Amino acid sequence: MSALQTISSLIYLISAVCYVLGVHMMRSPKTARRGNGLSAVGMFLAVITIIVTIIVEGKIDAIGWVVLILGLALGILYGVVKARKVPMTDVPQLVSLFNAVGGGAAAVIGIFDYLLKGDGASLSIAFSLPVLLDVIIGGITFSGSLIATGKLSGHVSGKPITVPGARILNIIVVIAILASAWFMIGSPTNIWYVILALAMSLVFGLLMTLPIGGADMPVVVSLLNAFTGLAVAFAGFVINNQVLIIAGALVGAAGTILTLQMADAMNRSVANILAGGFGTGDSDTGSAADAVPVDVKETSADDIGLQLAYAQNVMIVPGYGLAAAQAQHEVAELAKVLTDKGINVNYAIHPVAGRMPGHMNVLLADVNVPYEQMKQLDDANPMFESTDVSLVIGANDVTNPLARESGNEISGMPILDVDKSKSVVVIKRSMSTGYAGVQNPLFSMDNTQMFFSDAKKGLQDIVASTKQYLE
Amino acid sequence: MSEELFTNLAIFVLSLLVGFEVMSKIPATLQTPMMSGANAIHGVVVVGAFVIAAEANSWVFYCLAFFGAFFAAVNVAGGYTVTDRMLGMFDRKPAAKKEDDQK
Repeated sequence: MSALQTISSLIYLISAVCYVLGVHMMRSPKTARRGNGLSAVGMFLAVITIIVTIIVEGKIDAIGWVVLILGLALGILYGVVKARKVPMTDVPQLVSLFNAVGGGAAAVIGIFDYLLKGDGASLSIAFSLPVLLDVIIGGITFSGSLIATGKLSGHVSGKPITVPGARILNIIVVIAILASAWFMIGSPTNIWYVILALAMSLVFGLLMTLPIGGADMPVVVSLLNAFTGLAVAFAGFVINNQVLIIAGALVGAAGTILTLQMADAMNRSVANILAGGFGTGDSDTGSAADAVPVDVKETSADDIGLQLAYAQNVMIVPGYGLAAAQAQHEVAELAKVLTDKGINVNYAIHPVAGRMPGHMNVLLADVNVPYEQMKQLDDANPMFESTDVSLVIGANDVTNPLARESGNEISGMPILDVDKSKSVVVIKRSMSTGYAGVQNPLFSMDNTQMFFSDAKKGLQDIVASTKQYLE
Repeated sequence: MSEELFTNLAIFVLSLLVGFEVMSKIPATLQTPMMSGANAIHGVVVVGAFVIAAEANSWVFYCLAFFGAFFAAVNVAGGYTVTDRMLGMFDRKPAAKKEDDQK
């Protein structure tokens, strides 16, 4: 081992330690930001090391420098601008986009080395197997994550899309992938084999993600994130670089656990989600026509303003509809109007409120809602008994009392005990069901009133009427 | 099996185990930032982009190296930036409140 190799290996080891400790620190809100910073330091060390290595080795030519610097500069510019500008409601699709390009980069490395080292000769299985896994997994996450991005941002329909004859198509694609694997491992290198493997993996990523409903996308994004980790680890095998192997495997394993926990928080199993066809993502957009004629009381913005103005304790229950309508500014304004007059306002936040677990906290923090007002499930539930008005905004399944009973889709799911408060106001676009497809008896209870409106518009009207009564 | 492959395989398996171990129960509040943080870490693929750029010697390889560098840079730079922004919202709370109080 040359001195350069020794030093670079040691620095890679330090950066690997930074990633592990960084992930460890991200488990607690107090240290999370420093954890991410530590992981970034590890990344910085790794990049400096590789820059020094290629300069000292001196193999890189002028065009190599140009394409490298151009690619990096454009990538950093695009990534940082996107990450700085993105509204907090759109973070899930951005993470998915970053995941897609990570998988793409891993696949590119596999293809590159296959073509470079192959040179018409037959390759050992020890080399071609990691290449194959790298290209296939990278390809799947690239196209799969792009579809997930599209579904979360609304460019692709959030509804489950099933291709006719999907099952047969899936089988054909899998056979084609296996065939390309057979050729790549056993035969002399040929550019068409790797193109076939890549193309089929891309198709497989599409077929895998399209049938899954928008509401399940966060779990899919997390799963594909773990996949990218593995693709990067295999890229590390291909170029014989341990820092890629360590970091990739770390993300692969940690991402898998995170995926299971997210699915758990959403009361769904990963297998169930991947089977697809469940949930439309934004069923609140359903027309009023699919409403079941249940006995509900409708109310107006004016009446809600009156109720809020004379309440002492108000609990706001934000849900998916609030995130989808981007109404977090309006809700924060309403809370401010009320707290300025001495009314207690708190937010009851279900673990999966918003677009993905923990997303609602981020959205509310973004509009300066004080951290003490955000009550998590276990803290919020005992407070409902002394709550005068619960304002449910675009939430459905997470408030459904049916979850306490057995024998339905949401049995056993942890819910917010909204029905225990003195009065409940539900702001919702229509009577359609939530993504579990279950009717919610909360809506027809005696102390519940419905206000059919888009969350943003409805809240603006309520703020106006509340101000009027408070002055 | 070559010694090199065996070493890499051992590193891979042990890193998987570390990954499983380090990821115990995550509070739901932190799941989204954690996913984003893990996403940034696999941006280490950018190291691989440097490696292939150094070996490129014809236009096919230059093209591949360009896309590898571009994709990896988006992943690593964007990933850390957006994660930091998200987490910054958790700990800037006390400061933001003080400003409001002064008003």
